[in-house]
Amino acid sequence: MKANTHFAFFDEGSKKEIRRAIMKAVAIPGYQVPFASREMPIARGWGTGGLQITLSIIGQSDVLKVIDQGADESVNAVSIKKLVHETTGVDITERTTEASLIQSRHRIPEVPLTKDQILVLQVPMPEPLRAVEAKEYRTKRMHAEDDYSGAWLMLFEQIMKYGKTATAADHPVYVNGRYVMAPSPIPRFDNPKMHHSEALILLGAGREKKIYAVPPYTNVKSLAFEDYPFTVESFEGQQCHLCGSAGIFLDELIDQQTGKTVYQCNDTSYCMDQLNQKEKAEVQTSYA
Amino acid sequence: MHEEPILEVRNLRKQFGTGCYKCRELGTRELEKNFCKHCGTVYACQDISFDLFPGEILGIVGESGSGKSTMMQCLYFDADVTSGEAYINNSILARQNVFELSSQQKRSIRNHVYGMVYQNPVHGLKMNFSSVGNIAEKLIAAGNRNVAVMESTSKKLLESVHIPLHRMKEEPRNFSGGMQQRVQIAKALSNNPPILFLDEVTTGLDLSVQANVLDLIKKIQRDLGISMIVVSHDLAVIRMLADRTIVLLNGKIIEQGLTDQVLEDPQHEYTQQLVYSLL
Repeated sequence: MKANTHFAFFDEGSKKEIRRAIMKAVAIPGYQVPFASREMPIARGWGTGGLQITLSIIGQSDVLKVIDQGADESVNAVSIKKLVHETTGVDITERTTEASLIQSRHRIPEVPLTKDQILVLQVPMPEPLRAVEAKEYRTKRMHAEDDYSGAWLMLFEQIMKYGKTATAADHPVYVNGRYVMAPSPIPRFDNPKMHHSEALILLGAGREKKIYAVPPYTNVKSLAFEDYPFTVESFEGQQCHLCGSAGIFLDELIDQQTGKTVYQCNDTSYCMDQLNQKEKAEVQTSYA
Repeated sequence: MHEEPILEVRNLRKQFGTGCYKCRELGTRELEKNFCKHCGTVYACQDISFDLFPGEILGIVGESGSGKSTMMQCLYFDADVTSGEAYINNSILARQNVFELSSQQKRSIRNHVYGMVYQNPVHGLKMNFSSVGNIAEKLIAAGNRNVAVMESTSKKLLESVHIPLHRMKEEPRNFSGGMQQRVQIAKALSNNPPILFLDEVTTGLDLSVQANVLDLIKKIQRDLGISMIVVSHDLAVIRMLADRTIVLLNGKIIEQGLTDQVLEDPQHEYTQQLVYSLL
């Protein structure tokens, strides 16, 4: 821990302002609360929104985990972890179950989160209606008036063009039956995890200066037409080539030389856990 | 016609600016044109009152700046009125001044009761979305959540306005002006509105396309019995479409009556000029 920096990088005034925005966001599930996004030592678009939330709610007893597209060791995740650790001295972990605070980019961990955990998601584009309406004051009014035909229209267009809803990530959701929310670019696979999640989910968009939240046990429903129900990515018949897990979100890897396709856990810490457990079991049986 | 009007407009006023002591005291009657020389306040619509009966086409004529489009924008809630009342006679909105409703209620009226065809298709259509999607937008807004139903409804509508089937999923920005206008008409008709507004629909289209669009409108009115308000500065359009006509000048109604009457036997000096200035 550096001696001269303030705890968790921010001054107390900044933390207070961001916490106030978070409180409001929790009080109105799915509503985008504007906040004074600060200049951060990482570039905008690299997770400044998530980082600001993390820094303003972190305490000395917290244990932090940072994920970048499922990986714990990517540059972005490592840099954020380093910054938070240097300014707070909190423990860092890679195991989902040990963490009390998880900052994530584009994934919700495979292990179900508990009520003692908080998930912070980094959001590049918080406005689900931006593609149909460029003007901020108009989209604000549309949210206020519960006018979400634009969000539905985008899905309708996808069905017209591709024969199915083709949102690879960031599939819009109805939160608490009121606000339509961009769940950050998590794959559709993770959308159902938000529904009645035990953990508090906070979403921060640094560049767009918005914070919003899904409080624990809140209804989160993915938008879907009557005759085109919501579906998640299917990995039917595939399993991780390292740990052998199935029924989780897998990455498709193509070997350039052989042209062979293999699948691998996207959540690296989950994969590691599975491998460790297997090994443990093996050690117990073979060397007992 | 002894039926009850479907739309009643009473003393609609729209001004741009707050007015000064001069124009407020003198009253707008003293103004030479529709603006105050001292403060620049524009009185775009002054005490416009009229009835629209079921199944009729009401024509509104007037020169540029006479307040035709402003009136239309006010009725369609694109602009707020300064004062005035309008009543839509259906079972839900019985005797409520629609200008005083909340913006949600206004939106619901736009989605269920009104259809609008703008002069410029850019205002009425989303140019980056497919034609089918454009029509579906209105259906979605009206609460439809079934893709198959919306797709078939949209296709039927586009067919009825003579858009070739193979171009239905194309964005209207690739279409010619006349085609865009026809897509707009299809969109406006998508939820069977009892009232349709047409704002200078044929302006900027060449003569043969104009005739095409006018025929289409006439046919729709005959088949569906929709009430329409047609704004135009083109007397030929009014003569062909409208049952009754209102003549606007400087934001005021100066003459109204059956179209034949107004155009064949104009009483007001300005209307006479207008009728005889035909090329």
